[in-house]
Amino acid sequence: MSTPLIEMDNIEKHFGPVIALGGVSFNVMEGECHCLLGDNGAGKSTFIKTMSGVHKPTKGVMRVSGQDVAFSSPRDAMEAGIATVYQDLAMIPLMSVTRNFWMGREPRKSFGPFKWIDFKHANKVTMDEMSSMGINLREPEQAVGTLSGGERQTVAIARAVHFGAKVLILDEPTSALGVRQTSNVLATIDRVRKSGIGVIFITHNVRHAMAVGDRFTVLNRGQTHGTAKRGEIKPEELQDMMAGGQELAQLEGSLGGTV
Amino acid sequence: MSDERIKQVSAIRRAMIRPELGAICGTILVFVFFFMIAGDSGMFSAEGVQNWGVVSAQFAIIAVGACLLMIAGEFDLSVGSMIGFAGVVIAILSVQWGLPIWLSIIAAFVVCMAIGALNGFLVIKTGLPSFIVTLAFLYILRGLTIWLSILTTRQTIIGGVKEAAEGDPLAWLFGGVIFKGLFQWLGDIGVIETFTRGSRMGQPVVDGIPMLVVWALGLVIFGHWLLTKTRFGNWIFASGGDAQAARYVGVPVNRVKILMFMFTAFCATVFATCQVMEFGSAAADRGLLKEFEAIICVVIGGALLTGGYGSVIGAALGALIFGVVQQGLFFAGAESSLFRVFLGGILIFAVIMNTYIRRMITGER
Repeated sequence: MSTPLIEMDNIEKHFGPVIALGGVSFNVMEGECHCLLGDNGAGKSTFIKTMSGVHKPTKGVMRVSGQDVAFSSPRDAMEAGIATVYQDLAMIPLMSVTRNFWMGREPRKSFGPFKWIDFKHANKVTMDEMSSMGINLREPEQAVGTLSGGERQTVAIARAVHFGAKVLILDEPTSALGVRQTSNVLATIDRVRKSGIGVIFITHNVRHAMAVGDRFTVLNRGQTHGTAKRGEIKPEELQDMMAGGQELAQLEGSLGGTV
Repeated sequence: MSDERIKQVSAIRRAMIRPELGAICGTILVFVFFFMIAGDSGMFSAEGVQNWGVVSAQFAIIAVGACLLMIAGEFDLSVGSMIGFAGVVIAILSVQWGLPIWLSIIAAFVVCMAIGALNGFLVIKTGLPSFIVTLAFLYILRGLTIWLSILTTRQTIIGGVKEAAEGDPLAWLFGGVIFKGLFQWLGDIGVIETFTRGSRMGQPVVDGIPMLVVWALGLVIFGHWLLTKTRFGNWIFASGGDAQAARYVGVPVNRVKILMFMFTAFCATVFATCQVMEFGSAAADRGLLKEFEAIICVVIGGALLTGGYGSVIGAALGALIFGVVQQGLFFAGAESSLFRVFLGGILIFAVIMNTYIRRMITGER
């Protein structure tokens, strides 16, 4: 077995008296999609924020490609190749696709002391990267606000991939999307995985997870309930582990298995 | 996977649909209107053009600062007080303390930009809306200005700056005119009228381009270039559009916002310095209501009050509309109090139109 791209070893995170994470272990391999499932309040956000350098773990070790690391800012995590796509905060709707795509890392041309953005190059790369993700933009100057939710997620994913992400953390990328847009995003995840990037897919939708996941880890009340490989676990079992079982099983009986 | 539901957009529509569209229409409307009602009143003679050109340039100088700051997601209500404050600082340092004008001007810029930075720092650190923080500075600076000028001179108007500025190496940048030779030649060949009697006989009625106008043009070009062409411009849009999203991709939002507060202060000080050089005096009540006039110019120009969207060219056109209307009503012989009625009307009209244009561009609902 090769070294994981990122490995979280027995991570704990306390906020004052609250134990948000009580010893979570998690890793992701090259070209794999590892789904992190959990209900609201399970500690998913805290966990991804720890991975992406927003929070520092109280206890535990993080390793990137086998090396111990300690991130002090999101910038450190990005430099280590860990890119996070947040659900609502991926894009700025009033700005053009190109401006969003290059935000923070604009390519520049210069003449003497004057430096300006090389829009020709930026536009071309944006169009190419988007079409490699299966989205043909009308024009790179169109505002992100004119794109659908799924397309916005895809721009954010394409951006992370273009800037050399080795690990891509997706925070509930499908939870606000319609059926068709969801399948587009899932297809994008599959495409990204095949290019050798490790994907961490956070969701509370078991069906979405089962569609693309290679491994599944369930987080409940700050603890992991173990990791299962694809084919070793049924969707119902994942659902039970997330919700703590009992009540939902009863509810499912009365709803006829639709939850 | 091309989407058949996205209609191809015609080149004309694409060229039309821009943040400045409303301001462009407004400018054309205002000019047509005044051509009709005041075309023969001298409003469009060289002297008339200079008259509203200077007024528009004044608005433009502060509008550029307010525009970039608003796009970065913040307001500065202390601009007007800052204008009064900067002028009094220059006058006290040069006339009362006897410092050379150039040093007084530099000192005023340093002090005012430091106050701008303090504004920004307080907004960032406290997380309070910039509306409140700069409203506080509107009062603090105005109070300090009056107190300082009464403390040092026992009056609220400090004169004698013109005499102190004679032969100064920096003062010419803010007062007087350029291209005197060109305008003299234009006068000689009869393009511009010349004085026919008095001590200035033979000189053209407009003796050059005022430095105020040069500053306005320079700031507009700089602001437009900075905003639309540079990396920093992209960061200004990002900071105002969604500060948190910008932070997540590594945009130094705090630095951008503080720098924009400093730039607004810089613009206010340019305005103040030009005014002091022109009048040869500073007064503690200068710049009253300028903060709102700057914001009106910016909003007429198509900027979004909540940040993240706008145009410097639009703000400059807003300033032009403002200047032409203010002076045009005077040329037309209209009751000058009607100016505010007219302005309020334009403001409402422009904002409604801009909201509609923006929805078309950005798909926001």
